[in-house]
Amino acid sequence: MVAPPHRPAMPVQTPFHPRTSALCSSLFWKEWAGYHAVRSYDTCHEREYHAIRHAAGLIDVTPLYKYDVTGPDAAALLSRVMVRNIARLKTRQVTYCCWCDDAGKVMDDGTVWKLGKHRYRVTAAEPTYSWLLESARGLDVRVEDITDRLAALALQGPRARDIVVAAIEPEGRSLAELKFFRLARGTVRGPRGAHPVIVTRTGYTGDLGYELWVDREHALDLWDAVFEAGRPHGIWPAGIDALDVTRVEAGFIMNGVDYFSAHHCLLETRKSTPYELGLGWTVDLERAPFIGQAALKRERARGSSWALAGVVYDWDAYEELHARFGLPPQVPSGACRTGVPIYGTLGAARRQIGYATTTAWSPLLKQYLGLATLEARHASVGARVDVEVTVEYRRHRIPATIVETPFYNPARKRA
Amino acid sequence: MGQSTTLSFANPAHPDYPAESGRPAQSRYDAIIVGGGHNGLICAAYLARAGRRVLVLEKRPVLGGAAVSEEVYPGFVYSVCSYVVSLLRPHIIRDLELPKHGLEIIPLDCAFSPLPNGDSLARWADGQRTYREVARFSRKDADRLREFSLEMTRLCRFAKGIIDHPAPDPTSMRPRELAGLLRMGAAMRDADRATRYQNLKLLTMSAADFLDQWFESDVLKAPMSVSGIIGTFLGVRSPGTAYVLLHHYFGEIDGAFRAWGFAKGGTGMISMACARAARARGVEIRVNAGVEQIELDADGTATGVVLQNGDVIKAKVVVSAVDPRRTFFGLVGEQHLDSEFVAQIRRYKLRGSSGKVNLALDRFPDFACRPGQGPHVQGDIAIAPSVAYLERAYDQAKYGDFSERPFINVVFPSLVDPSVAPPGKHVMSCFVQYAPYDIKEGPERWPERREAFGDAVIDTLAEYCPTLKDSILHRQVLTPWDLEQEFGLTEGNIFHGELSVEQLLFLRPAAGWSRYQTPIANLWMCASGTHPGGGIMGSPGELAAKTMLRAGAL
Repeated sequence: MVAPPHRPAMPVQTPFHPRTSALCSSLFWKEWAGYHAVRSYDTCHEREYHAIRHAAGLIDVTPLYKYDVTGPDAAALLSRVMVRNIARLKTRQVTYCCWCDDAGKVMDDGTVWKLGKHRYRVTAAEPTYSWLLESARGLDVRVEDITDRLAALALQGPRARDIVVAAIEPEGRSLAELKFFRLARGTVRGPRGAHPVIVTRTGYTGDLGYELWVDREHALDLWDAVFEAGRPHGIWPAGIDALDVTRVEAGFIMNGVDYFSAHHCLLETRKSTPYELGLGWTVDLERAPFIGQAALKRERARGSSWALAGVVYDWDAYEELHARFGLPPQVPSGACRTGVPIYGTLGAARRQIGYATTTAWSPLLKQYLGLATLEARHASVGARVDVEVTVEYRRHRIPATIVETPFYNPARKRA
Repeated sequence: MGQSTTLSFANPAHPDYPAESGRPAQSRYDAIIVGGGHNGLICAAYLARAGRRVLVLEKRPVLGGAAVSEEVYPGFVYSVCSYVVSLLRPHIIRDLELPKHGLEIIPLDCAFSPLPNGDSLARWADGQRTYREVARFSRKDADRLREFSLEMTRLCRFAKGIIDHPAPDPTSMRPRELAGLLRMGAAMRDADRATRYQNLKLLTMSAADFLDQWFESDVLKAPMSVSGIIGTFLGVRSPGTAYVLLHHYFGEIDGAFRAWGFAKGGTGMISMACARAARARGVEIRVNAGVEQIELDADGTATGVVLQNGDVIKAKVVVSAVDPRRTFFGLVGEQHLDSEFVAQIRRYKLRGSSGKVNLALDRFPDFACRPGQGPHVQGDIAIAPSVAYLERAYDQAKYGDFSERPFINVVFPSLVDPSVAPPGKHVMSCFVQYAPYDIKEGPERWPERREAFGDAVIDTLAEYCPTLKDSILHRQVLTPWDLEQEFGLTEGNIFHGELSVEQLLFLRPAAGWSRYQTPIANLWMCASGTHPGGGIMGSPGELAAKTMLRAGAL
């Protein structure tokens, strides 16, 4: 096993920094996993949001945690850690899943890729090296933290395919044929030579999209090649704020916002299981033992107490409420991570039944959306609830409806 | 690899096109809508939502009326007539679930005005950025911008209560009318004193005078004042244009007034989304189905329509989505109307004053004053260098000429929506005013002057974009005559009638007939010639449907 590389003083710059900082006229940055990340290149992220939905947005996603898992027992380790049966993954396939502690409480979510026989890669929102290592006891496997070695760009939007095809030479079949949640190898050429790139058809926007992975020393060649190929297609650099709105529309939850890693919850009530987070579909329950399996089986039998649900505010009520104060309806321009209490609507049930963890105005759907955690029996699609809205420093309740997620699901995402 | 394109189902050849040619499936409907523009389609969708059997008949092979995208030149999608949207009511978008049916609106972030002296002004959604731009010309004006926009928001809020309801008639004592008046009165009462005065001033002032109250810089006032003349045969110094200016401020995107946007795939996608929403609710839509006349029985009650091919289709109500002049003189016939009404419709001012030039470009034509494809050219661009320039353009039109140096509103939708042009190439949409319908040679002679008009537009633009002429692959020139002949807009008026005070609210289209009903029993109206008027707003269609349903008309 190899120790993770030493990290310098934080936050650090991603290898794309010379390009992103030159474009970031707003100087609007935040810290993401110890890296400087652009929130929005312009003073408002709107242009970037629309680039993702109508052309293509290019997002530096280097700060994701990345691990290579190799060796004869690599599949066994990952099948033990992940709620999904990784042993069934095919080469060049990518899967989305989460992983739990023994109590079946989610620690993180991310992707697992099968790069080849006995060769896997894991992406995560939080450091996962030690958990993988601990879980590997007795197995012939090597876990390597490649977070700082690998640079990554997300290219998302209806034009992403045209741009990937133009920017990257495929190793085999045309990248145009790369299917949803598959990966391919290719080459990108730049003034500093030709460099290997891995292309995964993944993303965090719910749109047609790819993520491009390259060794950090070749990052600028990749950025330049993609940008140049993207110019006729309206490519635009996009920051985290635009990404955040698109991920809400796509119904994607975020670790640290919509749920908290069981690793560091002081309160038991803050922890969630995959079923409670709407990730039940990622759990392969009936198979060889994996971490959290017993607890998840019990929950499956008993039923879950919480559920993740999509909420759509009743706009007429929202508008009326503002009109009462003589105001036009006001929505925050970005996704809002301040929790919002949700109440039942009937008789004694007018008590609080849950909370929205992220809310966002969708410019595309013209709807005010929320990702909510609700008592499971109140979370059925079509149910009416009340959400709290603060206008002029006063709290009010207005009606909202539980809907299925994703809120926005264009056919091109999978096509 | 397929090029990503949203044109697919907007192309009548596509199997999912939301309309068919050929005979209607039935011979009897609850409602027949004459005209497949956005208002007709929205009216149909609301009627069908209430369970009515509805047929929409469109004369052209494509739906949308003046809200239409067409691939006139291969690979390039023009928003042939109407080219930007802001007035489409958000509640209609939600009621009809238009995003689910393909509606996507991309906001315009900048209003850019190049100047002949090599300078330019860009106004941004970001107030601080606009402040700095305007301060280069007048620090005083820059300081006043926020106050001005607050004032306009106040006025728009007042107006909003009006456009979302049928217009109350102040001469009527019926409780519903009185309730409507009370609502307007309450809005007036809630407005502070200053706003009330501004409201009254707006109705009578010119756009230039209105802006003079606020600003001193011509460079700022000129592009702001053009909102007051769009679609009217008036100049920026003509009384009444201040109201038209406000009409263009009503536009709301995400709750913010004065926000304009492109529809992805061109303006026709708005009509496509409305048509798909209507279809999903059971509406039958036929293209290539021109209506020859509205059929009346012996009592003068509308009973259906006669198609150009002679077919007769019956309905409980006929709803006209074409303009008032064409409805009453073209489809009904003067002989069936009393002379007072005929006189009103004859006096109803259409007077088209604008044309459209659509260009397919091989490459982006840089503006000499601010080159590049940056955000400054991704919004709308106004060739309106001074108030005097605009007034001179009007002077020529008054006497029956098109303006040699016209006001031009340019947009490059391909910069933010790559689906409308091949990669690296561009679509340039130019709204041009003035091009009076009544040129001195007579409107029917417009075809002979069409190319000269197009040349005047290109010559004007080339003064700002020196490389423009070398990059044009194709040009489409539409004169008011073409708008009438091809799109059925009488006299080429883009709003189905001017938005001047004497033909708004309870006076639109005629005194006493502002509630979508007509003197012909069972004939209703639902388009821009009714309250609250033109632009891609959808309110006439929605309000007409709701009024008919409430009245138990079908």
